[in-house]
Amino acid sequence: MSLLSRADESLVARWWWTVDRWLLVAVIFLLGAGLVLTFGASTPVAERLGLPVFHFAKRQLVFLALGLVLMITVSLASVKMVRRGAIALFALCLVLMVVTLLFGPDYNGATRWVNVAGFTLQPAEFLKPAFAVVSAWLFAGAMDDKSFPGRQIASGLFVLCAGLLILQPDIGQTILLGSVWSIQMILAGLPLLWIGGLLVLGIVTVFLCYLFVPHVTERFDRFLDPSSGDTYQVDTALNAFRAGGLFGRGPGEGAVKKVLPDAHTDYIFAVAGEEFGALVCLIIVGVFAVIVMRGLVRLTEEEDPFIVLAAGGLLSLFGLQAMINIGVNLALLPSKGMTLPFISYGGSSMLALGLSMGMVLALTRKNRFETGPRLHTSTVRGHWA
Amino acid sequence: MTLTRVRVDGARATAMERARQRLVVIAVLFGGAFLLMGVRTLDLGLFRAVAETHSLSASATVRAASRADIVDRNGVVLATNLRTASLYADPKRILDPEDAAAKLVRILPDLAQAELLEKLRSSRRFVWIKRKLSPRQMWAVNALGLPGLAFQEEEERVYPQGRLAAHVLGFTDPDGRGLAGVEHFFDSRLSDVTMVDEPLRLSVDVRVQHALADQIAQAIERFSAKAGAGLVMDVRTGELLALASLPDYDPNHGGGAPKDALFNRASQGVYELGSTFKAFTIAMALETGVADLSSRYDASEPIRVSRFTIRDDHPQARMLSLPEVFVHSSNIGAAKMALDVGAQDQQAFLSRIGMLRPAALEISEVGHPLVPERWRDIATMTISYGHGIAVSPVQLATGLAAMVNGGDLFPATLIRKNEDQMSSGKRVISENTSDIMRRLMRLVVRDGTAKSADVPGYQVGGKTGTAEKPAAGGYARKALLSSFAGVFPMDDPRYLVFVLVDEPKGTKATWNFAGGGWTAAPTVAKIILRIAPILGVEPQKEDDGLFQQAAYAIEDSRRHP
Repeated sequence: MSLLSRADESLVARWWWTVDRWLLVAVIFLLGAGLVLTFGASTPVAERLGLPVFHFAKRQLVFLALGLVLMITVSLASVKMVRRGAIALFALCLVLMVVTLLFGPDYNGATRWVNVAGFTLQPAEFLKPAFAVVSAWLFAGAMDDKSFPGRQIASGLFVLCAGLLILQPDIGQTILLGSVWSIQMILAGLPLLWIGGLLVLGIVTVFLCYLFVPHVTERFDRFLDPSSGDTYQVDTALNAFRAGGLFGRGPGEGAVKKVLPDAHTDYIFAVAGEEFGALVCLIIVGVFAVIVMRGLVRLTEEEDPFIVLAAGGLLSLFGLQAMINIGVNLALLPSKGMTLPFISYGGSSMLALGLSMGMVLALTRKNRFETGPRLHTSTVRGHWA
Repeated sequence: MTLTRVRVDGARATAMERARQRLVVIAVLFGGAFLLMGVRTLDLGLFRAVAETHSLSASATVRAASRADIVDRNGVVLATNLRTASLYADPKRILDPEDAAAKLVRILPDLAQAELLEKLRSSRRFVWIKRKLSPRQMWAVNALGLPGLAFQEEEERVYPQGRLAAHVLGFTDPDGRGLAGVEHFFDSRLSDVTMVDEPLRLSVDVRVQHALADQIAQAIERFSAKAGAGLVMDVRTGELLALASLPDYDPNHGGGAPKDALFNRASQGVYELGSTFKAFTIAMALETGVADLSSRYDASEPIRVSRFTIRDDHPQARMLSLPEVFVHSSNIGAAKMALDVGAQDQQAFLSRIGMLRPAALEISEVGHPLVPERWRDIATMTISYGHGIAVSPVQLATGLAAMVNGGDLFPATLIRKNEDQMSSGKRVISENTSDIMRRLMRLVVRDGTAKSADVPGYQVGGKTGTAEKPAAGGYARKALLSSFAGVFPMDDPRYLVFVLVDEPKGTKATWNFAGGGWTAAPTVAKIILRIAPILGVEPQKEDDGLFQQAAYAIEDSRRHP
């Protein structure tokens, strides 16, 4: 800490003293845990696919470095730069998603990827944080100026994005994006009655998906009645936790990773459960909870509605994704391909998360002149009204 | 302008206040959700934890199936299981197949290197290299440190006594299924998981088994015989203390044994056992009342029935008393006695003592007796001296035991009987007849054809059997089946020892005779000498008076020809 003086005016020094260092530490912890788990979990997968044993592990190391650099770089940006960057990224992602739909390669019956300089990127991963910031900007605009139709525009953008995602088809990301959009509307002051309506709409949407999207139907059926179909992945994941016990079978001793096709991505939490035990899993869940809850509570100190909505949306996105992944691993939710933030293997996911957390860090940087006992400026201003 | 700004600020402030409240609510909801996941994680890892992950690994699962031990009557282990390891390879992970094959062949010399190399080069992910390695071989393979080789734990059936009692025990296949002997007969009982800790206790006594097998092997060698068989039976219970058939095999490698060695001559083979059957004829005649000790039979002339001629092997060519018929083993006398009894009663008697149906022994290798389809007079006559009927040694021993033990028939068994399982046998002859049979059989050894079976102090009694083996169109005079059934001690019979020698050749010491009295009888004597102390039978001075009455009958007929 003494390396950088508070009087130092350089960019790095100013960043260090203003950034949310605890959030930074928590994210770096997750990255470290993810690297350890990926090294173990991905080797049998690589072997199965006939790739060099450390194929995934090496790539993950590269992704991790890129993600970390991206996060720190973005966290240096000002609020204005974050807003402008997100709008540009959002536009780019929309274009890329249309391109993906038209020309993208077809993996497992879905067109989600686009080739960029040798890497296959999933534009949807970047669309989510960009959308959260853009819609926050629109909602905040509406809060500041009643005549500005921010809500309507944001809703329109949501419908557009959701439509593109459903066309891929990627129901999970659609639900995730819808949840973030709903949370932002709630934060922006949606009346309680409307919140109820939104809840109903969400349930109806999920039900409609269940009725009309075959693979969603299938997965829900299996979740509700395990005997109705092949629950091999879920059962294996549960066995992994039970085999691991409290302290795990030991690093590298897991058997699940040898039989689960997605051991290094969707089911990495189960691998952690088997090899490192329930206590380590509990710590991972705890770190996710701390990042999300602490982040949200700290937003109550913010004055700028844009910051509250954007950071709130990004943190919710992060939290929901972690929740869904862990929930599926623990058989609390129906099977859904969703990566565990910062821990699962995956380039797009890693970079998008680096970007998201970078934006959160940038948005929540403290004005160094506003430290000390906080003035309830809003109340003061309220008296003037 | 300022006014609107302030108003907007005011509205914004309320909005922000509401946003703050909702932020906290959302944070709490997230907290609740994460808490639920934490609880679920602990629930799975702590309260539903399992010691081992089963069915997780796809290729190698340890076979848990076990098999109960087999022990002898005193608890000596005859068959048990050893944990062994079988070697397999994942050829994809073998770095240098040539090198690996060369190194493995040095440790496991019975593998063909070319074949092994082909296996290690294949594209499969699992190939067996060798089942059931010795610990030393396993250590050596591990010491190679080659990747791609692994062991699977297995159980191997082991017979620590080797060849001893091989025909009783039988053997199992590599997967532990019984293929012969009690292993086959009790397969489901031995592999029953609920009874795995309870050994199967046989009636066999390894010490007796060893003495029996050893002496039969010596007899086969001395008389250049083709094969041999024998058994030791407790005449009071029917328990078999030993059962041997030579040539035998090592049940540890039972699968590779030749057919001839697998054949159980003591229970599976049926033979025309010859004169030993005269014991049944005499007992039958006494029991039905057509004869008594003073009955006399004219054995001066051979009997001619159509194209058959019945003559004596040791011709006395005179009138013979009933004891003399037995002691001198007169075919003519026995045939006449049987005719007096009649075909129907003979058949009924032989059926009652178990000669006409297979023995109910607890092994799968039990032979069916061969009996005449039509029981004519000629059959009655030949059967009286043990020809024209083929039974297994186990059947014969069961019947003879009933002749001497007071008249009760106990089915032969290989399973040890506990005190509470001691049932009274099925009465087949009277106590009195049995008493006479004991004296007559003792006389055969004291004064008759089986003097070489006598063991001082043990009062051996018995009956020789010398049968010509059936050949095309009749009997081969030089191919004999020589046997002797001995019981000791004759004043209170405990054990029956039966020995059969297949095609013995006479030696100088036997003046080239190869009959039961010259080959099987001395073998039984040697066996009794070895096993009597083991079985706790004490030598006693013989009470000569016991045999006077029968002996006088012999003297009488000599005095009054």
